[in-house]
Amino acid sequence: MRVFGLNRKIIRVLLGTEYAHMLEYRAEIALWALSGVLPFIMLSLWNGSDARDALGMDGVGLDRYFLSAFLVRQFSVVWMIYAFEEDALTGRLSPYLLQPLHPLWRYVASHLGEQLTRLPFAAVITAIFFLIQPKAFWVPSLGHFVLAWLATWMAFSIAFLLQSLIASLCFWSEKASALERLLFIPFLFLSGLLAPITAFPPFVRTFAQWTPFPYLIDFPARVLAEQPVDLLAGFAIQLAWIVLLLPLVLLLWRAGVRRYSAMGA
Amino acid sequence: MAPQRSLHPQVAHGSVVIEVEGLSKIYRVADKQPGLSGTLKHFMRRRHRDVHAVSDISFSIVPGEMVGFLGANGAGKTTTLKMLCGLIHPSAGQVVVAGHQPQKRHPDFLRRITLVMGQKQQLLWDLPPMDSLRVNAAVYGISDRDAKRRISELSDLLELGEELTRPVRKLSLGQRMKAELLAALLHQPDVLFLDEPTLGLDVNAQARVRQFLADYNQRTGATMLLTSHYMADITALCPRVLLIHQGHLFHDGPLDRLASRLAPERHVRLELDAPVGAEAFAGLGRLDSCCDCEVNLRVQPDELTAVVAQLLERFEVRDLEVNDPPIDQLIGDLFRQGKV
Ligand SMILES: Nc1ncnc2c1ncn2[C@@H]1O[C@H](COP(=O)(O)OP(=O)(O)OP(=O)(O)O)[C@@H](O)[C@H]1O
Ligand SMILES: [Mg+2]
Repeated sequence: MRVFGLNRKIIRVLLGTEYAHMLEYRAEIALWALSGVLPFIMLSLWNGSDARDALGMDGVGLDRYFLSAFLVRQFSVVWMIYAFEEDALTGRLSPYLLQPLHPLWRYVASHLGEQLTRLPFAAVITAIFFLIQPKAFWVPSLGHFVLAWLATWMAFSIAFLLQSLIASLCFWSEKASALERLLFIPFLFLSGLLAPITAFPPFVRTFAQWTPFPYLIDFPARVLAEQPVDLLAGFAIQLAWIVLLLPLVLLLWRAGVRRYSAMGA
Repeated sequence: MAPQRSLHPQVAHGSVVIEVEGLSKIYRVADKQPGLSGTLKHFMRRRHRDVHAVSDISFSIVPGEMVGFLGANGAGKTTTLKMLCGLIHPSAGQVVVAGHQPQKRHPDFLRRITLVMGQKQQLLWDLPPMDSLRVNAAVYGISDRDAKRRISELSDLLELGEELTRPVRKLSLGQRMKAELLAALLHQPDVLFLDEPTLGLDVNAQARVRQFLADYNQRTGATMLLTSHYMADITALCPRVLLIHQGHLFHDGPLDRLASRLAPERHVRLELDAPVGAEAFAGLGRLDSCCDCEVNLRVQPDELTAVVAQLLERFEVRDLEVNDPPIDQLIGDLFRQGKV
């Protein structure tokens, strides 16, 4: 039986293959993991600044927040639009469109395979962080860990859906992929990668709450760092974004494929 | 310019697998002048131009047929194949393939067809073909046992062995193409659309792919519609050809009938014992050349026997040959002269 076009065997084979595929890129992925150290840079900037107190986190709290932000980012990074553009360019999208499986599943599988490949590198970077900052060492409770994992996974889903939305727009105009670059700026500021959301002035914070960005980094990172956070509201809003985006992506994708088809593949 | 229709007995019984009626495709492309001012003008007021890639073509194909799709670059072959497999929507006309409207892309339809494009690939570049094959098997719901059996059968036919476990990027073009074919046929489609499957292959590899397609058709009774710029592919595989020119169907029928339609004349080459003046051949077909003892004439088929008899009677003939001009030369001439 297939659920959303998937069955257990497709999941197993697709994930296995994509993991093998991503292992071929392990050197690049290690570099990507390394290039995700922005939260650590921010941490050292904040630590050396007088404004640190305004962030509302005590000494190790801030360390843990930024380490968590790093980890959440590592496992929720989405590059679907780039893979999609390449497949459209090389023509691989055409056979995918002619197979009885929604092409988006292939991209989901690539990302999961990539996350698995990334795991050891992220672990090494975390270990180095604790070596340098032993005071910050903590092991989250199992409950927090599971919740953080779930929140990260939801963050990944939201980010993936956002990019799929843009990819669907690419069926109308290839230039739509520029939207993704455009989204990066608000993401950078409002996600909590540069500073915890609580550090922002109230009106920015209020504005940010209405965008998906704080739920991509700030919320899962707080859960992982065991910072005070409204779990119920956080998960509810994450779920709301997914429920809002999913049908939109599916509809737009279907219309886009029809349009692309009408234009010529 | 009405295409010749070849009527197959099966058509009357309704067992057609591909039915195309009045099919057209118009691409709308932005009409932009070069340079900055062109870009600005285009930005201010977008202009579009319609490209009539395929215009009102109709044909039907019965199960098991191998049909060659001929035409110059840009004639509309790929566009037609894309419409037949459901990748693009027709601008007008009807298509039914295997009982489905292709553009709906119903899973039952997708399981019955395949599209192979010589210049495009589906195999993952960094992994061995076997990995992509396993994914395809899962996607099409083929059991491990069946998949294994089919892969071994197809790889025997294609003469593929350890190549299947080597990363695709390390395969030669020919090996890659064969692996692509294997991937495209794993789900045992019964309608195959092949767009230049032998593109860029050397003569041996071309012949092997060709032989494979012929065998596959024999064994499975699959229907094939293929395009190729190599006439050898068409003559070897396709008893029936569709010739498309500037989007219009120009010929539908056997290849030799196309030849007689394009160039009804036969070529007669004579070798004489002694030189004869050109005027001596008046009334004996059209004189191509006459130099020393060698004479080339073009003769209408219905006059051929009479002309040959007269030639033998009038001259001391050392040798006489009757030839059809090669078909690809004829088609080439046709397109060059814009005779259509
Ligand atoms: N996506 C597209 N958008 C606009 N025009 C297109 C598109 N695809 C093809 N065309 C145009 O439609 C016409 C038919 O193209 P098509 O690719 O079907 O030709 P073809 O017979 O396959 O040629 P070739 O032998 O070169 O492969 C050409 O004039 C081409 O420029
Ligand atoms: Mg073509």
